[in-house]
Amino acid sequence: MNKPLTMWEYADLNGVTRRDFLKFAGWIAAAAGLEASAIGSVVHAMDTKPRLPVVWFHGQECTCCSESFIRSSHPIVSDIVLDKISLDYTETLMAAAGHQAEEALHNTMKKFKGEYLLLMEGSIPIDDDGVYCCIGGRTMLDIVQEAAADAKAVIAWGSCASNGCVQAAKPNPTGAKPLHEVISGKPIINVPGCPPIAEVMAGTIVHLLAFDRIPQLDGLGRPKAFYSRRVHDTCYRRPNYDAGLFVESFDDENARRGYCLYKMGCRGPVTYNACGAIRWNNGVSFPIQSGHGCIGCSEANFWDNGPFYQHLASFPGFGIETTADKIGVVVGVGAAAGIAAHAISTNIRKRKLIQEEIKSSTESDAKGGA
Amino acid sequence: MSTRIVVDPITRIEGHLRIEAEIRDGKIVDAYSSGTMVRGFEIILKGRDPRDAWAFTERACGVCTTVHALASVRTVEDALKIAVPPNAELIRNLMFCAQYLQDHVVHFYHLHALDWVDVVSALKADPKKTSEIAQSISNWPNSSPGYYSDLQKRLITFVESGQLGIFANGYWGHAAYKLPPEVNLLGVAHYLEALEWQKEVVKIHTIFGGKNPHPNYLVGGVPCAINIDEANAINAERLAYVGTLFDQAADFVNKVYIPDLLAVAGFYKDWGAIGGGLPNYLAYGDLPMNGYGDPTKFKFARGAILNRNLGKVHEVDGRDAQEIEEYIAHSWYEYSDGDAAGKHPWAGETKLKYSGPKPPYEHLDVEKKYSWLKTPRWKGNPMEVGPLARMLVSYAAGHQEVIDIVNATLKQLDVPVAALFSTLGRTAARGLETVLVARWAKEFYNQLLANIKNGDTRTFNKDRWEPDSWPAEARGVGMTEAPRGALSHWIVIKDKKIENYQLVVPSTWNASPRDPKGQMSAYESSLIGTPVKNPDQPLEILRTIHSFDPCLACAVHLYDEKGRYVHQINTF
Repeated sequence: MNKPLTMWEYADLNGVTRRDFLKFAGWIAAAAGLEASAIGSVVHAMDTKPRLPVVWFHGQECTCCSESFIRSSHPIVSDIVLDKISLDYTETLMAAAGHQAEEALHNTMKKFKGEYLLLMEGSIPIDDDGVYCCIGGRTMLDIVQEAAADAKAVIAWGSCASNGCVQAAKPNPTGAKPLHEVISGKPIINVPGCPPIAEVMAGTIVHLLAFDRIPQLDGLGRPKAFYSRRVHDTCYRRPNYDAGLFVESFDDENARRGYCLYKMGCRGPVTYNACGAIRWNNGVSFPIQSGHGCIGCSEANFWDNGPFYQHLASFPGFGIETTADKIGVVVGVGAAAGIAAHAISTNIRKRKLIQEEIKSSTESDAKGGA
Repeated sequence: MSTRIVVDPITRIEGHLRIEAEIRDGKIVDAYSSGTMVRGFEIILKGRDPRDAWAFTERACGVCTTVHALASVRTVEDALKIAVPPNAELIRNLMFCAQYLQDHVVHFYHLHALDWVDVVSALKADPKKTSEIAQSISNWPNSSPGYYSDLQKRLITFVESGQLGIFANGYWGHAAYKLPPEVNLLGVAHYLEALEWQKEVVKIHTIFGGKNPHPNYLVGGVPCAINIDEANAINAERLAYVGTLFDQAADFVNKVYIPDLLAVAGFYKDWGAIGGGLPNYLAYGDLPMNGYGDPTKFKFARGAILNRNLGKVHEVDGRDAQEIEEYIAHSWYEYSDGDAAGKHPWAGETKLKYSGPKPPYEHLDVEKKYSWLKTPRWKGNPMEVGPLARMLVSYAAGHQEVIDIVNATLKQLDVPVAALFSTLGRTAARGLETVLVARWAKEFYNQLLANIKNGDTRTFNKDRWEPDSWPAEARGVGMTEAPRGALSHWIVIKDKKIENYQLVVPSTWNASPRDPKGQMSAYESSLIGTPVKNPDQPLEILRTIHSFDPCLACAVHLYDEKGRYVHQINTF
């Protein structure tokens, strides 16, 4: 077997000039939000590293994470897969099947012991000896525990692997568990969302490649770069909330003006994700921009925190500076308090309008609406 | 002597699928298809708000995202007697079309092509000749000798790195690969181009539904509002974006996908006589031109064909308790009144009851229960669903556009009508309907523009949004055509909550285990008679199984007739 090429050697073979290579390294640093002074370390990292061996597992999932991943626009996925990593096992894309597929997996686990990156898409069912998800006659639990033992680091893709997602919703018929509940002793990066945004997935991998270390994580193991702000705090409709301008019914006059979707059940105020900042599919839109409230798909237990169209009973009135670490997981109770609390904590100019809004909102709540 | 082979995991699919097949004298004589993963959606949905069901069920599949959401909102609307405004129907159609365009192209290049295209052979190609071939079949601009030469260099560098990634351990060099190196290089080039292209067309979902995968839907309409004088709504810029994306998609389909499909098919005409399987085809039809309530005005016709008789289209009624029933004789479930009877989905039950071997296991007990899939039947008949079923039902129903494109393709490839009933026919049908969908998308798009021009901007019907307006009990069925075939949801609503919810999905029809009468479903049936040159490299099994575009993960291992792993001799 040839010695794996470093990223620079690889680029050089492909006819990339050193000058362009340095520009690319600068771009990676910029994409990861680094200061200009860090570009040197990016260049050094890419000069000396072979492509990172990666294995990608599928447990109880719908493959939306894989689909999201291939939507990445920067970098584009063919460049990631051909030039930046070596994706040695992925049931979605790999040419091999059956025992040849398993052989590819075991070759990587053996040859790159302690060096490969393990990506987990999907939850892992543990009830009834794990029979609810088997591959090649083995349980997912068995497979992932074996592979995780010798992995360098582990990424839990999506809400399934990060928090259990839909199959873990009540009554969780198969005992579906997120990755961090079934393996231990390895750094795990949780990248929740159903699915996560493509560029967030690619960005997490780029971070590992460029800096050879896991990104800064919050208390729930999520990269701070993408999960430190509430959707509410990065939402372009936020000024409507602050001004008390709300959609009262889908396709009403207020909806056609793009007012705030809080009363339609929007979970933006309790959801940490980058949808408002990065947006989806190369920045085209995100759920709120397209008229539907956020359903909170990156938060643990969001399926059981519904119904989706019932607006949040309340949430603590914390300011835009507060991060997930300080607040933790937020679940609200007690109807009208929500808007009132938020109104107090926010610097609002249109106080009168908001007072009226609270009044009418309280009245409609009392009637059991929303 | 016969050899029992197991393929698990079957890769390049969605989900977890395992195939066990018996091979005698180089051909498959028996086959068993098993879904090896379950999540219990139907159990989880009980007691929830029916308006939320689309979001849960959409997560049944992220590859054919949106289709379960569409089936779900239609199911609830059917139960609550909600008619959606014309614009909502059109926007749903546009999202449906965008899904087909993306999904079928990705299936062809990224899930199916490597069964026909030998990547390693492309290293030997003469880029100049590839360029000549490319320019002879299409005027797609990326076709110069330099373009192919650069790509080949990139491939060589990749292979020389020693890290083959997704291409490691493929069946490269297998005798069943028949394309010349130059065509293989063309295939690899378009594999990469399609990978980059597919992220564009889905932006139509992002515009109307906020994200992809898993855009947002809404019972009663669509969540996006139209206001051509507002930045925060569907306006002229958003609509122009959609129009451009559809134009680009049609370009890719007509200049890359279809020329490639026909070029590749020309080398594999023998597969027009392999993999036919069941003689029965079912399509619910879709793409309403006059609202979902009028199936006679669907672009894809609704109906069933029995015994390959294209002279007769049988009517299909999802509400009739005698038509669609699900069996569990070979599935890891139990029914309250015994496992022999079939159940119409409104009376459906989902109680998981695993009785297979304790993992790790080498093979399943196929005489008993062997899958997490239930077995649906239409009037007792096993039915194939998917692109081939759709095209055949529309063909038989007299849809002229379908008849024209099918006939023209048969003529171009110089193959008989019987070649439709095959692995190749299935793969070709998928391409042909993609051409039609790209065309129809523009019709729906122009209709939407015309409606807006005429002052109709409604996208939502709020009459029965509030649960207070619902009856104490209601039942509904919602049907659609997922890219992979006929998809339907059934709901029973009681006291404003979901009392029962059942999904019968395309891969349940196609990939299910035998029914109580021992009748095979489509996967198993289509494998019978399939040649397998080398049981250790069952490329032919992948070709036929992938021609269905499976929506669950497959796994294949090789066994000899005593159930021992054959492959252990050449690994480790």
